[in-house]
Amino acid sequence: MTDAARDPVTEPDLIAYVDGQLAESRRAEVEGWLDTRPEEAERIAAYKRQNEELRALFNPVIDEPVPARLRRVFRRAARWRAYAIAAGFMVLGLAVGGLLGWQLHAYRAPIAGAGMGIAKNAAVAHATYSPEVRHPVEVNADQEPHLVAWLSKRLGTNVRAPKLEANGFNLVGGRLLPGDAKPAGGPSPVAQLMYQTQGGRRLTLYVRTEATANRETAFRYALEGNVGVFYWIDRNVGYALSSADLNREELLGVANSVYKQLNP
Amino acid sequence: MDLLLRRVIIRTVDDGQRFVELIPRLRRYARALAGDRARADDLVQDTLERAWNKFHLWRPGSDLRAWLFTVMHNVHVNQVRASRDHASLDDEGAEMAVAPVQGAGLEIRDLERALAQLPAEQREVLLLVALEDLSYAEVASTLGIPIGTVMSRLSRAREKLRGMMYGIPASTKLQVVK
Repeated sequence: MTDAARDPVTEPDLIAYVDGQLAESRRAEVEGWLDTRPEEAERIAAYKRQNEELRALFNPVIDEPVPARLRRVFRRAARWRAYAIAAGFMVLGLAVGGLLGWQLHAYRAPIAGAGMGIAKNAAVAHATYSPEVRHPVEVNADQEPHLVAWLSKRLGTNVRAPKLEANGFNLVGGRLLPGDAKPAGGPSPVAQLMYQTQGGRRLTLYVRTEATANRETAFRYALEGNVGVFYWIDRNVGYALSSADLNREELLGVANSVYKQLNP
Repeated sequence: MDLLLRRVIIRTVDDGQRFVELIPRLRRYARALAGDRARADDLVQDTLERAWNKFHLWRPGSDLRAWLFTVMHNVHVNQVRASRDHASLDDEGAEMAVAPVQGAGLEIRDLERALAQLPAEQREVLLLVALEDLSYAEVASTLGIPIGTVMSRLSRAREKLRGMMYGIPASTKLQVVK
């Protein structure tokens, strides 16, 4: 047998042996090979020492406090990334005509004061009229064109009754309610549209005009007693969708339909 | 759908958190690679910024740490090229002749100095293996070089270090596998 045949240990074997990356089965062979070659054994031992010394030299860096400037880099970057993603969503939301825009409303910063009180007023109105069996509304749904024209005229803005059949709700009708006095004085009537399912679950859409300065607010949820309310302000009109019969997710589904129809 | 944007933002924060957790490891490697502390932290900072901007290139599920080393490698190569104050990055390039450093007890300081004398591409490979415990295959993919090159650089780096540390001239009979 030639020496090479009995002696298949290569430099890569030795290097891998140093780093503990050599297959277990091969290790004993390499060790046996080194046993008979003191010079090579010394070289390999020196390499192993290098590994240990490198770790001893640099491992303490791990435990050093991370400089503030490195953490700041990340925070700044993370903020920009979140902004960029949010901006991307806004563009997308606009592109699909409010479909995604809806989600963005939920994250838009609320404007101080805007929408304040609407949830409570809407919930109170809902609690007052939704249990009514004989007189839940002033004008029935069979006179919808009249109802809508009347409410629009009294509110001074275009009131529409969204179609919620796809959500299982039919329009019952609507009524006019007194609202808060406007800063400029004079009455500010409010419209309430009522819907119900075949099974008698009800929800009301409360519509009122807002000071134009309010523009738009976040899409928000409030629980007033047992009445859940999703409310938002779109330009100069405030909306509140209330129900004591739907859970938050169900109400959100309906609110989504309402929003899409009002912002085609 | 309501939670989609929220999820994206939370994921962004989670990703960021994973970056932050890896900073100490990056600093250790950078310190060994770049030498002094300020330059090492500059390297980490540039790496983090670049990695964050290029994060879409990272394959989810793959090792984030190895990927960050790749980014750091690229940043470092650019910096070295720009400053030209380090050893050549050329594999066959100038390897500075350094007087062997001798003397027991000074070994740690000496190791640092000797390490700085290695060509950058050998130093990288040695550190990724010895310090960061990457497998040879991981080093190869991190640096974008064949595994044989990893082995040969490693072999040469070690022999050169040994020469500098213990005054042993680098062997010319090394079996270098490309």
